Amino acid sequence: MGAIQPKVGEPVSDELALVASPKAGDVSAFEELVRRYDRNVFRIAQHITQNREDAEDVVQDAFIKAYSNLKQFQGQSKFYTWLVRIAVNEALMKLRRRRPERTVSLDEEVKTEDDSVPREVADWSPNPEQQYTQAELREILDKTIHGLPATFRTVFVLRDVEGLSTEETADALELSIPAVKSRLLRARLQLRERLNKYFRRREKSNGSQKPSSGDGKQ
Amino acid sequence: MKCSEFLHELTDYLDGVIDSGTKAELEEHLAWCHNCYVVCDTTKKTIEIYRDSHLYELPEDLRTRLRSAIVTKCQSRKKAGPEGTTQ
Repeated sequence: MGAIQPKVGEPVSDELALVASPKAGDVSAFEELVRRYDRNVFRIAQHITQNREDAEDVVQDAFIKAYSNLKQFQGQSKFYTWLVRIAVNEALMKLRRRRPERTVSLDEEVKTEDDSVPREVADWSPNPEQQYTQAELREILDKTIHGLPATFRTVFVLRDVEGLSTEETADALELSIPAVKSRLLRARLQLRERLNKYFRRREKSNGSQKPSSGDGKQ
Repeated sequence: MKCSEFLHELTDYLDGVIDSGTKAELEEHLAWCHNCYVVCDTTKKTIEIYRDSHLYELPEDLRTRLRSAIVTKCQSRKKAGPEGTTQ
Protein backbone atom coordinates (compact mmCIF):
# COMPACT_ATOMS: atom_id res chain seq x y z
CA MET A 1 0.00 0.00 0.00
CA GLY A 2 1.56 3.27 -1.04
CA ALA A 3 1.57 6.67 0.58
CA ILE A 4 -1.07 9.22 -0.33
CA GLN A 5 -0.07 11.43 -3.24
CA PRO A 6 0.87 14.93 -2.13
CA LYS A 7 -1.33 17.75 -3.37
CA VAL A 8 0.45 19.83 -5.97
CA GLY A 9 0.47 23.49 -5.00
CA GLU A 10 0.62 26.53 -7.23
CA PRO A 11 4.06 27.97 -7.94
CA VAL A 12 5.02 30.67 -5.48
CA SER A 13 8.18 31.93 -7.14
CA ASP A 14 6.66 35.36 -7.84
CA GLU A 15 5.15 35.65 -4.37
CA LEU A 16 7.87 37.80 -2.86
CA ALA A 17 7.36 40.38 -5.61
CA LEU A 18 3.59 40.27 -5.11
CA VAL A 19 4.03 40.88 -1.40
CA ALA A 20 6.58 43.64 -1.93
CA SER A 21 4.34 45.69 -4.24
CA PRO A 22 1.44 46.20 -1.80
CA LYS A 23 3.99 47.12 0.87
CA ALA A 24 4.85 49.99 -1.47
CA GLY A 25 1.15 50.82 -1.83
CA ASP A 26 0.12 48.78 -4.88
CA VAL A 27 -3.35 47.39 -4.11
CA SER A 28 -3.63 45.62 -7.48
CA ALA A 29 -0.71 43.33 -6.56
CA PHE A 30 -2.51 42.50 -3.34
CA GLU A 31 -5.64 41.73 -5.35
CA GLU A 32 -3.61 39.05 -7.14
CA LEU A 33 -2.79 37.49 -3.77
CA VAL A 34 -6.51 37.58 -2.88
CA ARG A 35 -7.32 35.90 -6.19
CA ARG A 36 -4.70 33.25 -5.54
CA TYR A 37 -5.74 32.29 -2.02
CA ASP A 38 -9.37 33.31 -1.44
CA ARG A 39 -10.76 29.84 -2.17
CA ASN A 40 -8.34 28.25 0.29
CA VAL A 41 -9.11 30.78 3.02
CA PHE A 42 -12.85 30.31 2.50
CA ARG A 43 -12.56 26.49 2.77
CA ILE A 44 -10.44 26.71 5.90
CA ALA A 45 -12.81 29.26 7.45
CA GLN A 46 -15.91 27.21 6.70
CA HIS A 47 -14.29 24.03 8.04
CA ILE A 48 -13.50 25.78 11.32
CA THR A 49 -16.63 27.90 11.78
CA GLN A 50 -19.07 25.47 10.10
CA ASN A 51 -21.05 28.54 9.14
CA ARG A 52 -21.25 30.15 5.71
CA GLU A 53 -21.74 33.77 6.84
CA ASP A 54 -18.92 33.53 9.34
CA ALA A 55 -16.66 32.07 6.64
CA GLU A 56 -17.44 35.03 4.35
CA ASP A 57 -16.57 37.45 7.16
CA VAL A 58 -13.35 35.57 7.88
CA VAL A 59 -12.24 35.85 4.23
CA GLN A 60 -12.73 39.62 4.29
CA ASP A 61 -11.28 40.19 7.75
CA ALA A 62 -8.24 37.94 7.16
CA PHE A 63 -7.23 39.61 3.88
CA ILE A 64 -7.79 43.12 5.23
CA LYS A 65 -5.79 42.31 8.34
CA ALA A 66 -3.03 40.81 6.18
CA TYR A 67 -2.96 43.97 4.01
CA SER A 68 -2.87 46.25 7.04
CA ASN A 69 -0.05 44.27 8.64
CA LEU A 70 1.93 43.46 5.52
CA LYS A 71 4.92 45.47 6.74
CA GLN A 72 5.20 43.00 9.63
CA PHE A 73 5.49 40.07 7.23
CA GLN A 74 9.16 39.23 7.35
CA GLY A 75 9.24 36.61 4.62
CA GLN A 76 10.60 33.90 6.95
CA SER A 77 7.58 31.75 6.13
CA LYS A 78 5.57 31.64 2.91
CA PHE A 79 2.96 34.39 2.58
CA TYR A 80 0.26 31.72 2.39
CA THR A 81 1.29 30.16 5.73
CA TRP A 82 1.26 33.62 7.33
CA LEU A 83 -2.17 34.33 5.81
CA VAL A 84 -3.50 30.97 7.05
CA ARG A 85 -2.38 31.81 10.58
CA ILE A 86 -4.36 35.08 10.42
CA ALA A 87 -7.40 33.32 8.94
CA VAL A 88 -7.37 30.52 11.53
CA ASN A 89 -7.25 33.08 14.35
CA GLU A 90 -10.13 35.04 12.83
CA ALA A 91 -12.16 31.85 12.39
CA LEU A 92 -11.52 30.71 15.96
CA MET A 93 -12.63 34.13 17.23
CA LYS A 94 -15.90 33.71 15.30
CA LEU A 95 -16.34 30.24 16.76
CA ARG A 96 -15.73 31.49 20.31
CA ARG A 97 -18.27 34.26 19.83
CA ARG A 98 -20.82 31.79 18.51
CA ARG A 99 -20.17 29.18 21.20
CA PRO A 100 -19.07 31.17 24.25
CA GLU A 101 -20.02 28.29 26.51
CA ARG A 102 -17.23 26.18 25.05
CA THR A 103 -13.57 27.06 25.18
CA VAL A 104 -12.08 26.67 21.74
CA SER A 105 -8.32 26.43 21.82
CA LEU A 106 -5.90 24.79 19.44
CA ASP A 107 -3.29 24.07 22.05
CA GLU A 108 -5.46 22.36 24.64
CA GLU A 109 -3.92 19.17 25.95
CA VAL A 110 -5.12 16.05 24.16
CA LYS A 111 -4.37 12.43 24.85
CA THR A 112 -3.88 10.13 21.89
CA GLU A 113 -4.63 6.78 23.45
CA ASP A 114 -8.34 6.87 24.30
CA ASP A 115 -10.24 7.17 21.04
CA SER A 116 -7.49 6.47 18.54
CA VAL A 117 -7.98 2.75 18.73
CA PRO A 118 -10.32 1.72 15.90
CA ARG A 119 -13.49 0.14 17.25
CA GLU A 120 -15.03 -1.01 14.02
CA VAL A 121 -12.90 -2.61 11.34
CA ALA A 122 -14.78 -3.29 8.13
CA ASP A 123 -13.74 -3.32 4.51
CA TRP A 124 -15.16 -0.53 2.38
CA SER A 125 -16.60 -0.90 -1.10
CA PRO A 126 -13.98 -0.41 -3.84
CA ASN A 127 -15.19 3.11 -4.71
CA PRO A 128 -17.33 3.95 -1.69
CA GLU A 129 -17.99 7.56 -2.67
CA GLN A 130 -19.68 6.41 -5.88
CA GLN A 131 -22.56 4.87 -3.92
CA TYR A 132 -23.87 8.39 -3.36
CA THR A 133 -24.77 11.41 -5.44
CA GLN A 134 -22.48 14.43 -5.19
CA ALA A 135 -25.02 16.19 -2.96
CA GLU A 136 -25.41 13.17 -0.68
CA LEU A 137 -21.67 12.73 -0.43
CA ARG A 138 -21.13 16.39 0.48
CA GLU A 139 -23.78 16.13 3.19
CA ILE A 140 -22.13 13.01 4.61
CA LEU A 141 -18.65 14.55 4.59
CA ASP A 142 -19.91 17.84 6.01
CA LYS A 143 -21.83 16.17 8.82
CA THR A 144 -18.97 13.81 9.62
CA ILE A 145 -16.25 16.44 9.90
CA HIS A 146 -18.65 18.72 11.80
CA GLY A 147 -18.58 16.19 14.66
CA LEU A 148 -14.82 16.54 15.21
CA PRO A 149 -13.43 18.99 17.80
CA ALA A 150 -12.26 22.25 16.20
CA THR A 151 -8.63 21.51 16.98
CA PHE A 152 -8.72 18.22 15.02
CA ARG A 153 -10.78 19.70 12.18
CA THR A 154 -8.31 22.52 11.76
CA VAL A 155 -5.23 20.29 11.59
CA PHE A 156 -6.97 17.87 9.22
CA VAL A 157 -8.10 20.58 6.82
CA LEU A 158 -4.70 22.26 6.68
CA ARG A 159 -2.74 19.03 6.23
CA ASP A 160 -5.03 16.79 4.25
CA VAL A 161 -7.41 19.11 2.39
CA GLU A 162 -5.16 22.12 1.72
CA GLY A 163 -1.96 20.09 1.46
CA LEU A 164 0.24 22.10 3.85
CA SER A 165 3.27 20.20 5.18
CA THR A 166 3.44 19.19 8.83
CA GLU A 167 5.99 21.98 9.40
CA GLU A 168 3.81 24.61 7.67
CA THR A 169 0.77 23.47 9.66
CA ALA A 170 2.74 23.69 12.90
CA ASP A 171 3.93 27.17 11.89
CA ALA A 172 0.44 28.37 10.91
CA LEU A 173 -1.18 27.05 14.10
CA GLU A 174 1.76 27.80 16.40
CA LEU A 175 1.80 24.18 17.52
CA SER A 176 4.74 21.80 17.89
CA ILE A 177 5.30 19.19 15.19
CA PRO A 178 4.47 16.28 17.58
CA ALA A 179 1.22 18.09 18.52
CA VAL A 180 0.26 18.44 14.84
CA LYS A 181 1.04 14.76 14.22
CA SER A 182 -0.95 13.52 17.20
CA ARG A 183 -3.99 15.66 16.29
CA LEU A 184 -3.76 14.58 12.67
CA LEU A 185 -3.69 10.90 13.61
CA ARG A 186 -6.75 11.29 15.83
CA ALA A 187 -8.62 13.34 13.24
CA ARG A 188 -7.93 10.81 10.47
CA LEU A 189 -8.90 7.82 12.63
CA GLN A 190 -12.05 9.45 13.99
CA LEU A 191 -13.21 10.47 10.52
CA ARG A 192 -12.53 6.95 9.23
CA GLU A 193 -14.52 5.45 12.10
CA ARG A 194 -17.47 7.79 11.48
CA LEU A 195 -17.49 7.16 7.73
CA ASN A 196 -17.64 3.39 8.25
CA LYS A 197 -21.41 3.31 8.43
CA TYR A 198 -21.73 4.92 5.01
CA PHE A 199 -18.91 3.26 3.12
CA ARG A 200 -18.50 -0.27 4.49
CA ARG A 201 -18.99 -3.14 2.11
CA ARG A 202 -22.47 -4.59 2.33
CA GLU A 203 -23.78 -8.10 1.82
CA LYS A 204 -25.25 -8.61 -1.65
CA SER A 205 -28.64 -9.57 -0.17
CA ASN A 206 -29.12 -6.02 1.11
CA GLY A 207 -26.64 -4.32 -1.16
CA SER A 208 -29.25 -1.93 -2.49
CA GLN A 209 -29.71 -0.41 0.95
CA LYS A 210 -27.60 2.47 2.03
CA PRO A 211 -27.80 4.53 5.17
CA SER A 212 -29.51 7.85 4.78
CA SER A 213 -27.15 10.79 4.64
CA GLY A 214 -29.85 12.95 6.16
CA ASP A 215 -30.27 11.16 9.47
CA GLY A 216 -29.02 14.04 11.55
CA LYS A 217 -29.39 17.78 11.73
CA GLN A 218 -26.42 19.94 10.90
CA MET B 1 5.27 -5.31 15.83
CA LYS B 2 2.03 -4.81 17.78
CA CYS B 3 -1.07 -3.21 16.26
CA SER B 4 -0.73 -0.23 18.63
CA GLU B 5 2.82 0.34 17.35
CA PHE B 6 1.55 0.17 13.79
CA LEU B 7 -1.14 2.76 14.54
CA HIS B 8 1.44 5.03 16.12
CA GLU B 9 3.36 5.12 12.82
CA LEU B 10 0.28 5.24 10.57
CA THR B 11 0.35 8.98 9.85
CA ASP B 12 4.02 9.01 8.86
CA TYR B 13 3.51 5.86 6.79
CA LEU B 14 0.57 7.35 4.88
CA ASP B 15 2.49 10.58 4.36
CA GLY B 16 5.49 8.66 3.02
CA VAL B 17 7.86 10.28 5.53
CA ILE B 18 9.31 7.20 7.15
CA ASP B 19 12.70 5.50 6.98
CA SER B 20 13.02 2.38 4.88
CA GLY B 21 13.65 0.07 7.87
CA THR B 22 10.45 1.13 9.68
CA LYS B 23 8.52 1.02 6.42
CA ALA B 24 9.60 -2.60 5.86
CA GLU B 25 8.49 -3.51 9.42
CA LEU B 26 5.11 -1.84 8.89
CA GLU B 27 4.56 -3.62 5.59
CA GLU B 28 5.50 -6.95 7.11
CA HIS B 29 2.84 -6.30 9.79
CA LEU B 30 0.32 -5.32 7.09
CA ALA B 31 0.98 -8.57 5.24
CA TRP B 32 -0.44 -10.70 8.05
CA CYS B 33 -2.68 -8.34 10.10
CA HIS B 34 -5.92 -7.92 8.20
CA ASN B 35 -7.39 -5.45 10.71
CA CYS B 36 -4.46 -3.06 10.40
CA TYR B 37 -4.54 -3.45 6.62
CA VAL B 38 -8.22 -2.42 6.58
CA VAL B 39 -7.66 0.49 8.98
CA CYS B 40 -4.73 1.71 6.87
CA ASP B 41 -6.62 1.32 3.59
CA THR B 42 -9.83 3.00 4.81
CA THR B 43 -7.90 5.84 6.48
CA LYS B 44 -6.13 6.47 3.18
CA LYS B 45 -9.49 6.50 1.40
CA THR B 46 -10.89 8.89 4.02
CA ILE B 47 -8.10 11.36 3.27
CA GLU B 48 -8.49 11.02 -0.49
CA ILE B 49 -12.27 11.41 -0.38
CA TYR B 50 -12.04 14.62 1.66
CA ARG B 51 -9.21 15.97 -0.46
CA ASP B 52 -11.13 15.38 -3.70
CA SER B 53 -14.56 16.32 -2.35
CA HIS B 54 -14.64 20.01 -3.32
CA LEU B 55 -16.43 20.59 -0.06
CA TYR B 56 -17.05 24.29 0.64
CA GLU B 57 -16.15 25.62 -2.78
CA LEU B 58 -16.42 29.40 -3.06
CA PRO B 59 -19.10 30.28 -5.67
CA GLU B 60 -17.82 32.62 -8.38
CA ASP B 61 -20.40 35.37 -7.73
CA LEU B 62 -19.65 35.42 -4.01
CA ARG B 63 -15.95 35.33 -4.82
CA THR B 64 -16.22 38.44 -6.98
CA ARG B 65 -18.26 40.25 -4.34
CA LEU B 66 -15.81 39.41 -1.54
CA ARG B 67 -12.79 40.41 -3.61
CA SER B 68 -14.37 43.69 -4.55
CA ALA B 69 -15.17 44.46 -0.89
CA ILE B 70 -11.61 43.56 0.18
CA VAL B 71 -10.00 45.74 -2.49
CA THR B 72 -12.27 48.70 -1.65
CA LYS B 73 -11.39 48.47 2.03
CA CYS B 74 -7.68 48.11 1.28
CA GLN B 75 -7.81 51.20 -0.96
CA SER B 76 -9.51 53.24 1.76
CA ARG B 77 -6.84 52.13 4.24
CA LYS B 78 -4.11 53.11 1.77
CA LYS B 79 -5.64 56.60 1.47
CA ALA B 80 -5.93 56.87 5.23
CA GLY B 81 -2.19 56.20 5.57
CA PRO B 82 -0.33 54.40 8.38
CA GLU B 83 -2.63 55.72 11.07
CA GLY B 84 -5.55 54.10 9.22
CA THR B 85 -4.13 50.65 9.69
CA THR B 86 -5.07 48.32 12.50
CA GLN B 87 -2.69 46.82 15.04
